[in-house]
Amino acid sequence: MSYAASHRSKESENISDTSSFITVKDLYKTFHTPEEKVEVLKGINLTVSKGDIFGIIGFSGAGKSTLIRCLNRMEIADSGVIRIGEHQIQDLPKKELNLYRQKIGMIFQHFNLFDSRTVFQNVAYPLEIAGYSKKEIKHRVESMLELVELGDKINSYPGQLSGGQKQRVGIARALANQPDVLLSDEATSALDPQTTLSVLDLLKDINRKLGLTILLITHELDVIKYTCNTMAVLEKGLIVEKGPVRDIFFNPTSETAKLFVKINANFSAKQWVFEGEAI
Amino acid sequence: MNLHNRGGFEVIKSAFGPEVWAIVAPAILDTLYMTVLTMIFTLVLGLFLGIVLMVTAEEGLQPRPLFNKALGAVVNVLRSLPSMILIILTLPLSRLFIGKAYGPEACIFALVVSCVPMFARLVESSILEVSKGKIEAAKAMGTPNIPLITKVLIPEALPSLIRAYTIAVIAIISVTALAGSFGAGGLGDVAVRFGYSRFKTDILIAAVLVLVILVQVVQFIGDGLSKYITKKRFLI
Ligand SMILES: Nc1ncnc2c1ncn2[C@@H]1O[C@H](COP(=O)(O)OP(=O)(O)OP(=O)(O)O)[C@@H](O)[C@H]1O
Ligand SMILES: [Mg+2]
Repeated sequence: MSYAASHRSKESENISDTSSFITVKDLYKTFHTPEEKVEVLKGINLTVSKGDIFGIIGFSGAGKSTLIRCLNRMEIADSGVIRIGEHQIQDLPKKELNLYRQKIGMIFQHFNLFDSRTVFQNVAYPLEIAGYSKKEIKHRVESMLELVELGDKINSYPGQLSGGQKQRVGIARALANQPDVLLSDEATSALDPQTTLSVLDLLKDINRKLGLTILLITHELDVIKYTCNTMAVLEKGLIVEKGPVRDIFFNPTSETAKLFVKINANFSAKQWVFEGEAI
Repeated sequence: MNLHNRGGFEVIKSAFGPEVWAIVAPAILDTLYMTVLTMIFTLVLGLFLGIVLMVTAEEGLQPRPLFNKALGAVVNVLRSLPSMILIILTLPLSRLFIGKAYGPEACIFALVVSCVPMFARLVESSILEVSKGKIEAAKAMGTPNIPLITKVLIPEALPSLIRAYTIAVIAIISVTALAGSFGAGGLGDVAVRFGYSRFKTDILIAAVLVLVILVQVVQFIGDGLSKYITKKRFLI
């Protein structure tokens, strides 16, 4: 391990002591299929501080989706501790789990909007589930749609929207109930580069305005460079590197991180930037 | 009147004549009465049974594999019996429950037993078509099972459910006609009693014509409604 890497990991442990908002400790998950056992997460340790935009990168099959799905217990981990805010989420009984999930927003690669509902009704959905009054719902939905700049599409159906617009609705829906955390599973992977930029801008904007903690997973380094402050590299169920994005980008130590940087340098046609300064 | 004693044209003309319709018209009412009642029962019970099958399946919202297998087996047995056999089997049950084994009411029991399992399976497969992603999203937003069914699964599957119900209603019409000859009355009864046993081809033609029109109308309404909803959602 290089000096930079050891220095980095010390730094991130310090963060965990002071202001860690999401803590994942020794998380294991194995899938049992009739043919074989697939060890997907093999002891994940992670801390995310409040208000951070934290990116997790990894190749296909590394276990990114499984990890993020463990955070809202869509997937039940075999062992380990997951703490978000005050909640120790692997211990929550089912009723409380639903209440807790109402406070965790999630957005998806394929948006997963309800085709039977208009844009308004989609954003209203989590509020209906949480039991808000009609008046409150109307007020909240309208302000959410203003935030994602879709006020003019309020009565459209998802079938009438472009991919970027659908993801904006997805974001509005995820944020309607004022969650503490937003989980993003490849939210821009189905979008063209320009739309990707506008969605990422929206996420950064929301992070700044609402102080929302965002955890996003992706297989594109560009997405992390553009959006995140801190990142972790996931390789075959293990976090092999974590720290500030700039450090890892300019001085990768793990094989996977090096490969991502190399691929990024060779293939990135998109001239993306670190907050305004060209690379 | 039939083709042995009259020409084809005359038989057809007579099929639209007042004497024939004096017999057929009341039968239409009987058939509609049985069909509509069976439709209501099938909708409610079939929807419920289909949802129970879906929910309790191994990959369902509330897995109860043993119960699911048992229920599935009952449904499969009922589906594998020809409607005629089911009618014969259930008539004694009708006597037990409603005190008589003839007439429209008695047959409705048989009709429901023979149509509910079919519609339940169609409901099950319609709801299974709802994409996993949408269910994931709903669960990730903390949706308990009941609202998941009423607010997500049924509305999302609605066009497909309507098509399934259309198929079920057409089956109900056809089984109702069949039940006619077991004392239920209606168009099937008229067609068999007059058209078949007494060689009144004109009555047979009139009864068949009405059945064909009924089925066409149902198909037209079902297709139209399903298409209307799909279009409204901009999915086609
Ligand atoms: N329900 C499951 N049953 C069995 N194996 C599973 C299941 N879910 C995921 N896996 C396996 O776990 C591994 C990791 O899957 P995961 O979806 O977490 O990867 P990922 O990093 O998100 O990949 P991608 O970038 O392709 O989305 C894969 O090998 C996958 O086949
Ligand atoms: Mg994935």
